[in-house]
Amino acid sequence: MFRNNYDNDSVTFSPQGRIFQVEYAQEAVKQGSVVVGIVSKTHAVLAALKRNAEELSSYQKKIIPIDTHYGIALAGLASDARVLSNFMKQQSLASRLTYDRPIPLSEITSRIGDRAQTNTQHYGKRPYGVGLLIAGVDQKGPHLFEFQPSGVTQEMVACGIGARSQMARTYLERNLDEFEGSSREELIKHALRALKDSLAQDKELTIENTSLGVAGVDENFKMYEGQEIANWLETTFERPEGGEGEGMEVDS
Amino acid sequence: MNHLPQAWGRPRDDIYGAYDHSYLPQTHANTHPTTHTQSPVVTGTSVLGLKFKDGVVLAADNLASYGSLARFTDVKRLKPFNRKAVVGFGGDVSDMQYLDRLLNSLDVQENYSGAATTEEDDGEAPAATADGEGGEDKHKAILDAKNLHTYLSKVLYKRRSDFNPLWNAILVAGLTTPPPPAPSTSTSSPKDTTTSKPTGPAPSRKPIPYLAYADLLGTTYSSPTLATGFGAHLAVPIMRRAVPDEAAAAKLSREEAVEIVKKCMKVLFYRDARSMNEYSLCVIDGKGVDLQENIKLEGESWAFAEGIKGYGTQTV
Repeated sequence: MFRNNYDNDSVTFSPQGRIFQVEYAQEAVKQGSVVVGIVSKTHAVLAALKRNAEELSSYQKKIIPIDTHYGIALAGLASDARVLSNFMKQQSLASRLTYDRPIPLSEITSRIGDRAQTNTQHYGKRPYGVGLLIAGVDQKGPHLFEFQPSGVTQEMVACGIGARSQMARTYLERNLDEFEGSSREELIKHALRALKDSLAQDKELTIENTSLGVAGVDENFKMYEGQEIANWLETTFERPEGGEGEGMEVDS
Repeated sequence: MNHLPQAWGRPRDDIYGAYDHSYLPQTHANTHPTTHTQSPVVTGTSVLGLKFKDGVVLAADNLASYGSLARFTDVKRLKPFNRKAVVGFGGDVSDMQYLDRLLNSLDVQENYSGAATTEEDDGEAPAATADGEGGEDKHKAILDAKNLHTYLSKVLYKRRSDFNPLWNAILVAGLTTPPPPAPSTSTSSPKDTTTSKPTGPAPSRKPIPYLAYADLLGTTYSSPTLATGFGAHLAVPIMRRAVPDEAAAAKLSREEAVEIVKKCMKVLFYRDARSMNEYSLCVIDGKGVDLQENIKLEGESWAFAEGIKGYGTQTV
């Protein structure tokens, strides 16, 4: 039943210096569907692939707007993300109330990082089983942060987490140099292409299964879903909803 | 009810027998009720603030009074927070010192987290002082005067709600970046995806002067001319004569503003019995904070006093 004696709780090290509970939590992130984030000089974009449990059900929400200036995309346990997002909403509101300023993204990221780390050091607690991409704009410009269940947080230029996200990261690494100078629309296209690269052979991006979140300098964070993203999908891929054949990439 | 505070709010011993303290927490049993400092002890008098075209002037004298005794004559009541904000304190001096420590720790916290600095310019680099006018604001991420005023007003209001007020009236002066003209959730709808061009770097908004008041009750207000304490009665009318509104403040030069404030400090020394002829004066503008802490009152003349009945020693 147990892989070894050292994975019963998150406070015990294995003799190799690993904490298995934390590693298992990171596996939960890899089970979640893929999300991608990119920043340019002026914008931050999140793109997410939504999953539905069955044909008849609705799709699981992947992007959560937190404050007017930023939002998160999640991969992993959605219920853990809900807890974290509620905490982030509270902290964001508290910053506006006490300082009359939108909370800096580095600040909110380190606060959830601290919270997640605490869970890995107390007996009877468990790590969060969710990874987050935090994207938005604060007084210092657009930012993208990655959050992991271990409590590790990093600022990123571009990032992809979740199932098969290695393919998306490969796309992002190949086009890394273009992101900084990209326009809003170019950035969205890059995010969608990265997302598409991580899809299984028989899958397509559709208006049902795709979510976008965009924030920019002087532009509030907004989530785009459904019919709102039809045009982006159309212009990014030749046939986004075509039954047969792969959608081709369009040069920008 | 009797005169003993420890009996207040409790059943009378002569009717109900001795009060049983055993169920109370140890800290409350057989002790006096919790009391707080509900009045100031060593106090500073007025603080003056005046906006001008690209900054704010702040002034306060260097006296800390013990009642009517001029007890300490070297107390600096203008506290710079960072290059964008200065706080002037009136009222209790020990509470001022507490708030000063609080602001110092806030400043350390802000700088330590890295949220305050930008990559090109971390800290108070002299390069940034060169472009007072226009240009990219390299310190846009630090807590500005408006953020600081909001924070201090919450601290003051919290303490008064605990019946343990910080006995101060403060002015917060400095610069703030105005909010964007109109909140736009979607600058371009998905329809024009094909037509949009790359957007250039964000238009930087220029910081504007900011001046606001907060006091021990948590009351706040803002005006281009402000004063705490006695100055609210004596100096504000003089300042308002020169600067009746924001439009007038936007035309006022730095030299004119300093001139008006110095004149008000003189009037205050003449008519406020808790004032002193040595004061601090601070100018905050795009170039940073310019604080002078030992200015002597110039051109002092008491000749006018003779003609005013009740002003000095006179025989009627």
